[in-house]
Amino acid sequence: MRRRLGRYRRYGPGLAGLAGLAALVVFPLAVSAPWLVTVGLFTLMYAALASAWNLVGGYAGYPSLGHAAFFGMGAYAEAIWWTHRTAGSGYGPFWTLPPIGLAVAAVAVPVAWIAMRTRTDVFAIVTITFLFVVQTLAFNLRGLTGGAQGVAMPVAPFTPATFERPFYYAMLALLLLALAMSYGVLHSRLGLALTAVRGDEDKARSVGVPVGAAKLTAFALSVVVTAMAGGVWAYYLSFIYPQFAIDPLLSIGMVLMVFLGGRGTLWGPVLGAFVVAPAQQYLAYRFGASQLYLLAYAALFVVVMLVMPRGALPTLRDRIRRAEARA
Amino acid sequence: MNGVPDLLVLDHVTAGYGLGDVLHGVDLTVAEGEVVCLIGPNGAGKSTVLRTVSGLLRPGGGQVRLRGEPVDHLSPRERLLRGIAHVPQERSLFPAMSVWDNLLMGGHILDRGRAGRAAVRERADTVAEQFPIVAARRHEAAGSLSGGEQKQVELARALMLDPALMLLDEPSIGLEPRARQAVFATVRALADAGRSILLVEQNARSGLAVADRAAVLESGRVQLNGTGRALLADPRVARLYLGAKEGV
Repeated sequence: MRRRLGRYRRYGPGLAGLAGLAALVVFPLAVSAPWLVTVGLFTLMYAALASAWNLVGGYAGYPSLGHAAFFGMGAYAEAIWWTHRTAGSGYGPFWTLPPIGLAVAAVAVPVAWIAMRTRTDVFAIVTITFLFVVQTLAFNLRGLTGGAQGVAMPVAPFTPATFERPFYYAMLALLLLALAMSYGVLHSRLGLALTAVRGDEDKARSVGVPVGAAKLTAFALSVVVTAMAGGVWAYYLSFIYPQFAIDPLLSIGMVLMVFLGGRGTLWGPVLGAFVVAPAQQYLAYRFGASQLYLLAYAALFVVVMLVMPRGALPTLRDRIRRAEARA
Repeated sequence: MNGVPDLLVLDHVTAGYGLGDVLHGVDLTVAEGEVVCLIGPNGAGKSTVLRTVSGLLRPGGGQVRLRGEPVDHLSPRERLLRGIAHVPQERSLFPAMSVWDNLLMGGHILDRGRAGRAAVRERADTVAEQFPIVAARRHEAAGSLSGGEQKQVELARALMLDPALMLLDEPSIGLEPRARQAVFATVRALADAGRSILLVEQNARSGLAVADRAAVLESGRVQLNGTGRALLADPRVARLYLGAKEGV
């Protein structure tokens, strides 16, 4: 029994991951209803965003509420670029995502350098303030962003019946990138450094951890994925405006998903996104005008904090360990 | 120590917090392989001496030298690389991290590239052999260990960089008698292995017993100097710090 358990522990997660990946690849090919692929697309987007947020909010313990600003910057960069050029075969805009991600990360580093002089709740306030500054800029820099009117980019020339597929796979690639980054960080000295920073920044500094560099690296990596997701999202919708592209609810969604699944874990944010994002899509469609889904958000947050404050995966892992210890 | 070069020299060091000085011209030396114990009343500046040596506090005047080289301008990280390891008074482990990861944190500064990582792992294995608690509880969260066990892990972590000088700030504080004995036994073992240690200790009897030399710090100045044994026998020290009655 123990040997079987050991074997499962060794190969189980890898096999489950491969099976999950295969299911995600096949999903848009097997499903004919476009709305289902759309739900899948947004679920993958949130899973990528939550995994990216987890690098800063989970591993380093810096709860950024400003990540929607970087998402919006990625979205605007993509939209502005392709309003001045043609979209070519339709896949062209996808190739601009890496430079956009890197450029937005370059903007994010000095912001983080200042914001990360504060900690915990003050950091959250500083970052959400930054979000509103960026949103205000998007409203006021009309020549660049179109102001409140928004900016429209050419609609992607994909076949209507399978229109969502390229965007779906782009989001899946971003999720894989975010997971690869998270795995790499978790198994490197950077991961150890970030865990120490989350535990106690001053103690980390006292044992020689380059605290500032570790935090900024995590922040930059996180922003690269966030901005690229914004770019895909903008191309998919082909029309964006400030309060939609730079939406605090997006930041809150990322936080909720990470808290639900488990902060500082590899799969927690993915689990959180796969639970919350489809439910959010359903509630938004069903009760969109009344915004009742916000009540569900708040209720879920309260329940998570009360029942499993460390998130689902760590709580489950603890229970399994306790059961094994009793056996 | 006769004939043994000084590893650490504090030359008329003044230091403090804000506008007020806590140390008023401290002169102190630690020779290679020597254990020097600092005793004194609360607020005398004992911990401030250690913080000044480790770089957490910059001296306002005087000089701190390691192997003859001034280190005042170096950051705590650079001093760590030069071989000064500081084990602070308060609990300094990361409670949510495993005992093993806490140990690895001690070598984080060297953990660069494949060779660096391998060297850190190898060093961790060596250190773990000296500290059975590390090997026995390696997967457990450090926060689940008792105070004495945590102190052992802290000492093990400080050894990860094979430091030339260890600064131990009241390692026995808050520990029950058996854990206290274990800590002093570890300090003795480190000293026997030739490790240089600057020890600050409120428990003067145990501190002096383990020390080659000792100094009494009062109001930021070294008032008495001598071997650990000599200070244990000094009537003023006995009266003020060992609880002996007048005339004894």
